[in-house]
Amino acid sequence: MSSQPKGTLAGGPPMSAERLPLLKAAWVIARRDFSAILFSRAFIFFLLGPLFPLAVGALAGGIGQRVESSTVAPQVGVAMLSGDVDRMLAARSLLAGQLGPAVPEMVVLERLGPDESFDARGVLERREGNLGGVLTGTPAAPVLTATAERQWWTGPIALIAATAERSAPSAYPEVRSETVATSGASDTRARMRTAQAGQVILFLLTMLLAGMVLSNLVEEKANKIIEILAAAIPMDAVFLGKLFAMLGVSLVGIAVWTAAIGGLLGLPGIENLFGGALDLGNLPEPGVGWPLFLSLGVAYFAMAYLLLGAVFLAVGSLASTVREVQTLSMPVTMLQVFLFLFATLAVSDRGGWMEWTAIAFPFSSPFAMLARAAQDEAIWPHALALGWQVLWVALSIRLGAALFRKRVMKSGPQGGKRRRPWQRAAAPVAAGAPRA
Amino acid sequence: MGRGLGEAAVVDNLGSRLAIEARGLVKRFDGTLAVDGVDLSVPEGAIYGVLGPNGAGKTTTLRMLLGIIEPDSGARRVLGHANPRDIARQIGYLPEERGLYPSMKACEAIAFMGALRGLPLAEGRKRGRALLEANGLPPDRQIRQLSKGMAQQVQLLGTLVHEPRLVILDEPFSGLDALNQGKLERLIRSLAGKGTTVIFSTHVIAHAERLCDSVAIIAAGKVPYAGSVDAARDRIPAQVRLETRNPDGPWRAALPASARHEGAIWSFPLPDSGIEPLLRALIEGDAGILSLSIERAGLHDAFVAIAGAAAAKALEAGEEPAQ
Repeated sequence: MSSQPKGTLAGGPPMSAERLPLLKAAWVIARRDFSAILFSRAFIFFLLGPLFPLAVGALAGGIGQRVESSTVAPQVGVAMLSGDVDRMLAARSLLAGQLGPAVPEMVVLERLGPDESFDARGVLERREGNLGGVLTGTPAAPVLTATAERQWWTGPIALIAATAERSAPSAYPEVRSETVATSGASDTRARMRTAQAGQVILFLLTMLLAGMVLSNLVEEKANKIIEILAAAIPMDAVFLGKLFAMLGVSLVGIAVWTAAIGGLLGLPGIENLFGGALDLGNLPEPGVGWPLFLSLGVAYFAMAYLLLGAVFLAVGSLASTVREVQTLSMPVTMLQVFLFLFATLAVSDRGGWMEWTAIAFPFSSPFAMLARAAQDEAIWPHALALGWQVLWVALSIRLGAALFRKRVMKSGPQGGKRRRPWQRAAAPVAAGAPRA
Repeated sequence: MGRGLGEAAVVDNLGSRLAIEARGLVKRFDGTLAVDGVDLSVPEGAIYGVLGPNGAGKTTTLRMLLGIIEPDSGARRVLGHANPRDIARQIGYLPEERGLYPSMKACEAIAFMGALRGLPLAEGRKRGRALLEANGLPPDRQIRQLSKGMAQQVQLLGTLVHEPRLVILDEPFSGLDALNQGKLERLIRSLAGKGTTVIFSTHVIAHAERLCDSVAIIAAGKVPYAGSVDAARDRIPAQVRLETRNPDGPWRAALPASARHEGAIWSFPLPDSGIEPLLRALIEGDAGILSLSIERAGLHDAFVAIAGAAAAKALEAGEEPAQ
């Protein structure tokens, strides 16, 4: 430092004496945080973040499918007179064309001679092959030996036996089939799936962002910057700035993903590559329609994030080390997971107490309302719910900021041994406890 | 709050305008009394030192003056405002625990600190670059690439970039080498020369003795002394330094009981009766005076005596000693 503070200190624009207004101060913080996060490695991870669960899901699905396809379906072993065996197999082939997988596979165990018997129980007890049951007797009086879980085969086997006996119709009229894209039943099911998918995306994004805002605050505490901020601007502005900076970052992330998906869909031949799975025309329309659903998705995401972010920031203010932050944020995370699961469960209880509770409780409300937007056409409940959530966001920020100011601006080491009342009485001035 | 401060409180008894007026500030943390009725009067344009041992309550007092924390009771006026946050744009603050964003460039860090105090970002960048270049610091280097001392200088420049009327520095000399401590002293004098009020806390008394017009000594949460440096030094009797040729003799009876010696050199407080009776007794007692000087007590001696007495008083009252 020179003895004179050189430079162009004089001659700048005149500054008013009063303090920076709340929103302007929040803007200073938000601008710094936004640009700092956007140009950091954390943002790259944020962009790549959704790919990880997708990759894991795809991998798990692929493995599951492979395992399923490599598993041989359980079979019914047939041990009857030779002629009966042939008639049963022919009848089974005939019915399999009409009923598909509902008709069990049949294998010949033994073609019996007259007066010959077969130990079906013994064969099953030896656990040979992939036998789920053994069919003996005659087509007129078939006997199925099987475990309790395979007793439902009695129906299809009775049908096969009746067909073999020619007591069931052997000719079936041809049904002309016309395919449509959707129906009431499939729409309800698809909307429920849209609702659940929306909730999952909302939850993942919220948790990711809340974690990021928390680590941002921890970094600030570790860098001792917080006192400079607290001396210059209201703590509410620090909170607002941080929350909205991260919200801005997430909206940039969402825009990047949307652009990437849009670009992907625009590629020629992409629909064939994914077997029609990317055909947006086949997606079921949510209750409120796609444009409003997506808008509400962004709004509910903002609410969910602001609510959770405010809690995480308040938790961050209580901690002085990263380890403490992890310890303190664990119960909040678990609570959020619980609320998410509750909101997911509430999807299946439309109009029931579970859905209303999930909607009323502020921290599960965005999840429950997004699901409702997917399933229900009514729009006015969303205006009401957003108003309710905004109220809680404001409350959370106020409480978080108050807690933060109270806790973080204490002099001296945080989390020290607390004094018991009798200790306080014995030592009214402990100048050594708070640093000066 | 207890005692309030009227408009009249912005001038002191001598009619000087006060940058800071605080009365009876009290702060407790979890029931522990950290600051116990602090009174301060800091004239505008002064260099004011807040002295005290570690854990005395200096930082808590400064934080209350800045409005970072609110006092449990008492009142303060800063630049004429009851709420210091209302005039945050006119205050510069360097906290004891230095902090900057490691990934920010030095110039951006200064501009950001200015923006927090209402300085437009573009103007902050312009001023920041000029200040850094004038002080031989690289404007475009990230904070993490700077040495600790350089980063500290960047933060100090960020504290001043918006040209505050009042600058509060909490332990500004800690962590600086001797050269940079000298630079900082010159900067503080320069700021005061321009009419800026500078308050700084320290437990290194030499800085305060060289720089300050007035000081407040804080010990065990109280202010046992607040006033000019000269008056503080006058609280301690002058010290007599005596060197004799004869190691023993009748002259020894003339020395006070508290006299200490190293070899042939004795030191003791100047007796209340003055130097002449002592000198006469030494000559008559055949001390063989080689040298005799009367040295005025330094601020360090005054600080030790005042802070020590306050700590002892706190101990007697059953309070814990300051760290």
